[in-house]
Amino acid sequence: MNGKCLQTMIYLDNSATTKPCERAISALNSALIENWGNPSSLYKLGLEAENIISSVRTEIADMINAREDEIFFLGSGTEANNLSIIGAVNLMKRRGNKIVTTSVEHPSVLNTCKYLEQQGFEVTYIKPESDGNLSCEKVLSAVDEKTVLVSVMLVNNETGCIFPVAKIAEGLKQKKSIAIMHTDCVQGFGKMPLDVTELGVDLLTASGHKIHGPKGIGFLYKKKTLQLKPIIFGGGQEKGLRSGTEAVPLIAALGGAIDDLSVTDSFNKIKRLHAYAYNKLSAIDGILINSPKENSLPFIINISVKGLRSETLLHFLESKEIYVSSGSACSKGKGSHVLTEMGLSADRTDSALRISFSKFNTDNDIDLLCEALAVAQNSLRKKGY
Amino acid sequence: MKEIILIKNGELALKGLNRSTFEDVLVKNLKYRIKKCGPCEIKKSQSTIMVEPKSDDFDFKAALKATEKVFGIAAFSRAAALPKNMDDIKEFGVPYLADALKNIKTFKVESKRSDKKFPLGSLEISAEFGGALLEKYHHLSVDVHNPEAVVVVEIRDNYAYVRCGQIKGAGGMPVSTGGRAEILISGGIDSPVAAWMMAKRGIQLAAVHFASPPYTSARAEQKVHRLLSKVAQYSGPIGLHTIPFTEIQEQIAEHCKEEYFTLIMRRFMMRIAEKMAIKEHCGALITGESVGQVASQTLPALNVTNSVVEMPVLRPLIGMDKDEIIDISRKIDTFDISIEPFEDCCTVFTPKHPKTRPELSKCIEAESVLDIDSLVERAVSGATFMMID
Repeated sequence: MNGKCLQTMIYLDNSATTKPCERAISALNSALIENWGNPSSLYKLGLEAENIISSVRTEIADMINAREDEIFFLGSGTEANNLSIIGAVNLMKRRGNKIVTTSVEHPSVLNTCKYLEQQGFEVTYIKPESDGNLSCEKVLSAVDEKTVLVSVMLVNNETGCIFPVAKIAEGLKQKKSIAIMHTDCVQGFGKMPLDVTELGVDLLTASGHKIHGPKGIGFLYKKKTLQLKPIIFGGGQEKGLRSGTEAVPLIAALGGAIDDLSVTDSFNKIKRLHAYAYNKLSAIDGILINSPKENSLPFIINISVKGLRSETLLHFLESKEIYVSSGSACSKGKGSHVLTEMGLSADRTDSALRISFSKFNTDNDIDLLCEALAVAQNSLRKKGY
Repeated sequence: MKEIILIKNGELALKGLNRSTFEDVLVKNLKYRIKKCGPCEIKKSQSTIMVEPKSDDFDFKAALKATEKVFGIAAFSRAAALPKNMDDIKEFGVPYLADALKNIKTFKVESKRSDKKFPLGSLEISAEFGGALLEKYHHLSVDVHNPEAVVVVEIRDNYAYVRCGQIKGAGGMPVSTGGRAEILISGGIDSPVAAWMMAKRGIQLAAVHFASPPYTSARAEQKVHRLLSKVAQYSGPIGLHTIPFTEIQEQIAEHCKEEYFTLIMRRFMMRIAEKMAIKEHCGALITGESVGQVASQTLPALNVTNSVVEMPVLRPLIGMDKDEIIDISRKIDTFDISIEPFEDCCTVFTPKHPKTRPELSKCIEAESVLDIDSLVERAVSGATFMMID
């Protein structure tokens, strides 16, 4: 953390949201102050606003090896997932009514699928293995000629486990499946190198606030040849796919956050930090690691502290100004569906904490976390008697 | 034309020589509640209370909303205050009722004449005003026996008042005519309802809440603030003391038998609440208990928790079903807040098999290992105060 926060707070909940970086903030400010024109307006003020959007669009396209006319801005990762899934099945509904996804997707995917089930679609939810990994074969064997959409996240938001998206996309091609392939990359974008042609997906979604950008902005990669149908109608912005005046300041800030990223450098830094944390945490008696050791993104590490309830522990750490989350931040008060689907015991899911890193974290943060956890183990009442 | 609010007080009319004192309190409460709506005058006259706006900025709709939540009011209505002559009463009174008469077919006019110097008698006033209404609104007809709407014309000292229909008030007694009591508020459905019910009987509220960080969160405390501010719309401002309760819960869990945990904890709560109540000049405690609802609310359990205090404990929900309690919590708009899922101090250490038929002597024995007085003392001295309005 920079500035004042450095001394006071240890923020280890970067998969919930991240602290906006200076470049994002100054890009946001200058867009609000100077470039407040409507990008659709014909005069210069409008053109300048449009140029900001175009330059960020190009930047994102370059980052993920896409074309700039394949990038669309919208309000959040959630909205991007809704549009991908509903748009895709609306496009394909004459050809089939089956969807294959996993049981550990983000709620913005799971609940959209639940909604489509009520609309008559048939959804298969593939469970992860007990170590958190997803079997490519299980996904592919659920796909048949009626399957029109496969949606698999790249990085699980609670365990950090990386799912075999590229292998699944490749398998679909070999099976000559008609299914559209979507991947939720909210936890992956900006944290690991991404290449849409290597991934082989048709739709990819991401969000700004997980990479030190602002909340309220997300984007969708849509393969050029795919004719997705919109779910919001209006003035025809974003080539008709997402009407509504573009959020120029938020897009500018997303651009600022991306400028500030150095994906490979920070990946290597976090990888080392993760190894340090993994070793230190697993050496503590009574702490179990729920994230797979191999094949997981080093930005997330999920642990259970035997006998202590997640929420109690979270508030205890809060009192030491250490911030982590219980399950995911989106499911306030509920046990983790991801850990439950992995088949972990209720005791273990009730005591789970998610620790997630950013480039601002240091070894010292981990040391202080481990110290605090040890104090908690000695001072807090264990669950039950 | 001036519009005013006419208020009829409820049970107050039954009070004999004390009546004027009760009315004064009602006027004071009403003043406090609608002062934010803009400049106005509140007058008592001839067993009616009148709210008269003193500026065009007065937010009349907000004042009606606030009036609806003031205890001690049986019913109220909006009325036009008009000059005391028949021509003006007709000229302004007839269009004033346009909205009120829009969707009805039959009506009658009732007139009251407290100013006997007015040249027309009540029957003549009714006949003339009724005639004017029929002339203007052709969809109406008069039905003196079973009208859909009753239009009232009242001739008083300074003005003639024209109104139609009335709004049901919150009932009960003006808050603070019944003294003060301390509510133990948790964050669940019951305690805000209990607080509201006692405020309705004229009791001014003070509140005490038990917080056990880190077992409970800042959100749970904020939830209590939000609940109390809903109740405060009826009861007026509530002073809330938040008691640090972690040490006591940890000590009980550490040293006492699991099955007695909840009972011993509740005994601590009652002791602390009584101490706070004395400091706050309260004459009673209020709880949201209802017989048989949970293990700590059986008769033997209530006996165990009740026996640590000397003050009367008011339990307005004692004979109510959960459904009935929920109906009230929806009415006073606390239900949706109450069901938000944050841990409160009652749920954290809940034993698997609590005692439903506890014996007082065993409970006293179980807690005797604790240094009760100093635990209570520390909790009381750590209390933080907040005024909820």
